[in-house]
Amino acid sequence: MPVEKEFRPKIVAFCCNWCSYAGADLAGSSRLGYPADVKIIRVPCSCRVNPMFILRAFEKGADGVILCGCHPGDCHYSTGNYYARRRMTLLFSLLDYLGVEEGRTRVEWVSAAEGVKFSTVMNEFVDKIRSLGENVRLGDLRCKN
Amino acid sequence: MQRIGVFVCHCGSNIAATVDVKRVVETVKKEQGVVHAEDYPYMCSEAGQALIAAAIKEKNLGGIVVCSCSPRMHEATFRKAAERAGLNPYMVEIANIREHCSWIHKDMEEATEKAVILARAAIAKVHLNSHLQPGESLVTKRALVIGGGIAGIQTALDIAEAGYEVDIVEKTPSIGGRMSQLDKTFPTLDCSACILTPKMVDAAAHEKINLYTYSEVESVSGFVGNFSVDIRKKARFVDMNKCTGCGLCQEKCPSKKAKSEFNRGLNTRSAIYTPFAQAIPNVPVIDTESCVKMKTGKCGLCEKVCQAGAIDYSQKDEIITEKYGAIVVATGFDTINLDQYGEYAYNESPDVITSLELERVMNAAGPTKGHLERLSDGKAPKEIVFIQCVGSRCDDHRGKPYCSKICCMYTAKHAMLIRDKYPDVNVTVFYIDVRTPGKNFDEFYRRAVEEYGVNYIKGQVGKVVPQPDGSLLVQGSDLLDGKQIKMRADMVVLATAIEPEAGVRKIATMLTASIDTNNFLTEAHPKLRPVESPTAGVFLSGVCQGPKDIPETVSQAGAAAVKVIGLLAKDKLLTNPCTAESDTLLCNGCSVCQNVCPYGAIGYEDKEVNDHGIRETRRVAVVNSALCQGCGACTVACPSGAMDLKGFSNRQILAEVDAICR
Amino acid sequence: MQELVKRAKELLADGTVTRVLGWKKGDLAYNPEPAFFENEEALSEFVYDSFCGANLSKYMIEASKKEGKTLVFLKPCDTYSFNQLLKEHRVLREKAYIVGVGCAGKISAEKMKEAGISGILEVEGADALNPSETLKVKTLYGDKEVSYKDVMLERCHVCKGKDHMIYDEIIGESRDTLDGDRMEKVREIEAMSPEEKFAFFQSELSRCIRCNACRNVCPACSCRKCVFDSTKFDSAQKANVDSFEEKMFHVIRAFHVAGRCTDCGECSRVCPQNIPLHLFNRKLISDMNEFYGEYQAGADAETKGPLTAFTQDDIEPSEARERG
Repeated sequence: MPVEKEFRPKIVAFCCNWCSYAGADLAGSSRLGYPADVKIIRVPCSCRVNPMFILRAFEKGADGVILCGCHPGDCHYSTGNYYARRRMTLLFSLLDYLGVEEGRTRVEWVSAAEGVKFSTVMNEFVDKIRSLGENVRLGDLRCKN
Repeated sequence: MQRIGVFVCHCGSNIAATVDVKRVVETVKKEQGVVHAEDYPYMCSEAGQALIAAAIKEKNLGGIVVCSCSPRMHEATFRKAAERAGLNPYMVEIANIREHCSWIHKDMEEATEKAVILARAAIAKVHLNSHLQPGESLVTKRALVIGGGIAGIQTALDIAEAGYEVDIVEKTPSIGGRMSQLDKTFPTLDCSACILTPKMVDAAAHEKINLYTYSEVESVSGFVGNFSVDIRKKARFVDMNKCTGCGLCQEKCPSKKAKSEFNRGLNTRSAIYTPFAQAIPNVPVIDTESCVKMKTGKCGLCEKVCQAGAIDYSQKDEIITEKYGAIVVATGFDTINLDQYGEYAYNESPDVITSLELERVMNAAGPTKGHLERLSDGKAPKEIVFIQCVGSRCDDHRGKPYCSKICCMYTAKHAMLIRDKYPDVNVTVFYIDVRTPGKNFDEFYRRAVEEYGVNYIKGQVGKVVPQPDGSLLVQGSDLLDGKQIKMRADMVVLATAIEPEAGVRKIATMLTASIDTNNFLTEAHPKLRPVESPTAGVFLSGVCQGPKDIPETVSQAGAAAVKVIGLLAKDKLLTNPCTAESDTLLCNGCSVCQNVCPYGAIGYEDKEVNDHGIRETRRVAVVNSALCQGCGACTVACPSGAMDLKGFSNRQILAEVDAICR
Repeated sequence: MQELVKRAKELLADGTVTRVLGWKKGDLAYNPEPAFFENEEALSEFVYDSFCGANLSKYMIEASKKEGKTLVFLKPCDTYSFNQLLKEHRVLREKAYIVGVGCAGKISAEKMKEAGISGILEVEGADALNPSETLKVKTLYGDKEVSYKDVMLERCHVCKGKDHMIYDEIIGESRDTLDGDRMEKVREIEAMSPEEKFAFFQSELSRCIRCNACRNVCPACSCRKCVFDSTKFDSAQKANVDSFEEKMFHVIRAFHVAGRCTDCGECSRVCPQNIPLHLFNRKLISDMNEFYGEYQAGADAETKGPLTAFTQDDIEPSEARERG
C-alpha cells in the first residue's frame, strides 16, 4: 500500500523590519522552534504588504499567509500598522466571503521582545494550516470547468 | 541578468551544525544568474569579507547574497564590504539562515531545504535590486522653538550654548509661560519666579537667541534641514526699539477693565499692558479690543505721556520669513474648560477656583497680593476643600482619559503651604488615588499628611452647592469608610485637568507632525524616540507631548536640544535611499498616497509628460526623498501601482514570494 | 427631454459651455450611449429616456483636458461619482457645468429579457422623468406589456436618493424608487457555509470572459494604466498562462476601489455575462460601514475614505472574522 506523504504546507510570513522580524530573530536566538514550513519575507512595515502579494502567494501555491507587524501604537513609522490593520481586515473578510476557508490568513502583532509569542504564533498557524490541508480554492478560484 | 555570487556562512557551528552548507552551495549554483558560490566558517570576519571582495572583483559580480545571520546583525557589514570592492552596497541581500533557520530547526534535512529556499528568495530579489544612492541635503544651521515657556526657553538656551542661532516664537507679549504664573514649585517649595526669571533674562540676553514675542507661526514649508517658516509679528503698537519700559503708559491708561490673562481673569489690567512685572521683553502691547483710542479714535493718553515716543497706533502686523534646519514644538498646556462640570459650581461661585487660579491668589503679585482670601467677599477662609482629578482620568466625553500627572503634587503643595501660613485653616483633599512617583515626591506628600495635618479623603465629590450664607456645601463620598460626606467649605479648589494649548493642532498640521486623540503630539517612537516627532527635523519639548512637571519638562527640553544640536552639527544630511518613488506615467495624481503618508513627504506637481506620444500636463505625485522614511504605506494605497518603494519594490517582494512558493 | 436640449442649446449659444456631454440614440430602441455634442445641430441626436443608465462622470476625465467647459448631465447617483473623481483630482470642477437631471429609475434590455421580453423593436412609456407604470413593448414576437418596476435596474431598487450631491442647476424632478435593502444579497451570502459561498462565486466568476467592460465603465477604475496592464506587479496579461489576473482580478479590482466605490452599479449593469460584480463592492462597503462608521464615497469631495484613515482602536482582523 502506498503511504500517503505527510502534508508539508507552504507558509509565507511577512514581517515588518522593526518589530516582528526582530521578534523572529529573538525566537531564533532563544532557540524557540517552529516548523520549517514558515518562510519569512522582510518588509519595512506591515503597511508595505499589498493584498496583491498575499493573493500572489496563494496563486503560486502557498497554503497560508501571515502578516506580522508592530503592535498598534508602536509602529516605527507611527501609523503604518493602522493602515495595514484596516486593509487586512477588509481583505480577509472578502476572502471569507468568497468561501476561502477561514484561517489561511492571519495578522499578528509581535514586538521585538516577543520571541516567545512569535514562535507560539507560528506553531499555531502551521497547525491550523495543516488541519486545513492543501489550499485548493484560492489557488484556483475561477475553476474553469 | 545580474552576475550573482552567493556566500554561505557556517557561523562556526551555529549554522553548519544544522544546515548542510556544502549542499546549499551546490544547490544554489544551479540558480539562474549565480556564477559563484562558496562557504566559509565566518563570513563576517575580515578574512570572510576579503573573500567576498575578491569574488566580486574576480568574477565581476553584479550582486551578492550572503546566507548568514540576521540582516539586522550584519547587513551593514556586508554592504560596506561590497562597497569597498566597488559594488553598490544596495546590491547585497542577506538570507537569514541562522535566526530563522539553523537555530530553530533540528532536522538537518529540513533546515538545509529551508536554507536553500531562503537563499533562492534572496537571489530572486537581488536580481531586481538597483544601484541606490543616498541623497544629500544641506542643513540650515538655525533652529526655531515654538513656545516661550520653560520648555522653549530651556531648549533654546541649550541649543544656543552649543553655538547655534535660535529663534523663539511666543504668541503672548512675554516669554515665561505657565511657570511664570506659578507661585511656588514642588517638592522644594522654591519660588517659581525666582528660578524662572534668571532663565528668561539669560534667553533674552543670549547673543544667539532671538525672541519673537507676540508672534505666531503662520505657515511652514520645506523639510528637515531646510524649513522655511512664515512668522506673523502681531502689531504691538509700541516701538520695541524706543520703549524704555518705564510703565507710565500703563499707569495713565484710562481703560482698566480688561481681564488680566496672566491672573486668569481674577482681576483687571489696562488696555496697554505688559502681562506681569518681570515680563520679557518689558515692552507693553496695546489690546485693541479695550483701547479707547483704537475703538473711538479719542484718548491717545499713552502717546502723550510716553517720553520715548514709542507709541505708534499705525503699526501693522508684519510677516517675516526665516529658514531653519530644525523646529522644536514647546507649546505647552492650558487647563480644560469647566463649563461641562456644573456639579462643582465653578461658573456659579467665585469661591470655587482652579488650582492655577489659586497659584495667582497665593502669589504676592497676584490679585489678592498673596493673601489667602475668598474672591467673593475678601474674607479669610477657614475651611478649604481640594477636589482632585477634575476632568482627568475621566471616561466620559466631558473630560480627559489620561492622568494630568501634576495635580497630586501641586495639591499637596497648596495644602501644605496653606497649613503652614494659616494653621487655623482646615484643608481637606478628595482624591481617587494619590500618585507620587518622583524624586522626593512621596516624602513630600507624606509631610503634607503627617506634619501639616492635611485631611485626605479617598473619594469623589458629587456636588458643590453654594449656600445662602455664602459658604459652599460639599457632598462627597468616603470610599474607605463607605459613607457619604457633607461638609461646609469656604473655598473649593479644583485640580483641573490640563490639555495641550489650543493652537497646537494648527501648528501640528503645518508641521505635518502627528497628533493623538487628546491633541498631544506623537513621538517618533514612544519609548526610544520620545523627543522626536515622526516628522524628521521636528522635535518635542514639554507638555505638548504629554503631561509632565517642571523637572521633566526641563529634561525633555534638554533632550530635544541635543537632538537639534546633533542635526545642526551636520553640514549635509544623507538620506535613506530606500524611499518611495512615483512613476510619472502611471500616476493618476489622485492624492491617495498623500493621505496616508505620515511624513508629509508627498506633494503634487503639474508636469509635462510624454506618454507614448501623448504630450500633456498632468498632476503627478512627487516624493521628497529627504522626508520619506520608506514605510511603504503609499505604495499599497496607490491603485495604479505608480508608487513603489526602492529596495522593497513590488517586483522584488513578488520575486521573493514566487521563490518561496516555487 | 426637450427641456434639456433647450437648455443645452442656450448654454452653447451664450458661450457658457463649448460642448455637451449626454446620451445619444443607439441603433436600437434600448441602447442609447454616452456622447459628446459639439454644436447645436448635433443635439438632434440627443436622447434622455429610461434606458440612459450610463453614468457620464467618468467621461469628464477626458472632458477636463479639453478647452472650455463641458455641460454634463448627471443623474443623482452619478453626482457621487463626480464628487469622488473631484476628490481624486481626476476631473476639474471649473471645466464642468453640471446640470442635475431628474431620474425615475432606469431600465435595461437585460432586465426585460429576464422578464421574458426579447426581440425588442419599440418601447412605449420609457420617459426619463415620467415613465408609464406599464411599458408597452413592440417585439419581433408581437406586442407585450411589462411593469416598469419589474425591469428596473437592481441599483434603482436600492436607490441612494433623489438629491444631487453637486450641480450648477437642476432640471426635472426625481422619483422615489427605493423598495429594497441593498445589503440583502450580501447578508444572504454571508450566511452561507464556506462551501456554498465558494460554489456561488465559482459559478458566477467562471463566466467571466475578461472583457474588461466592468473596469472600463467604472468611474473609480480611472487609472491611466491599470495594474493589470502594467509590469509593476508582473501581473500584466500573458497569453495562455495561468496568471494571477485570471483568478484574482475581481478581488483586487474590488479592493482597489474600496472606499472609493460609490456603489453606482455600472459594473453589474454592463457585464455581458451578468455577473453580479457589485456584490464584491457592497461587501466591502458593508464591512467598512460596520467597522469604521457609515461612509458614502462621493457624498462630498473632501472627507477621507476609510482606507486612508484609521483610529487607534480599530477592529482587529481576527475580531472582524469572528463577527462576520
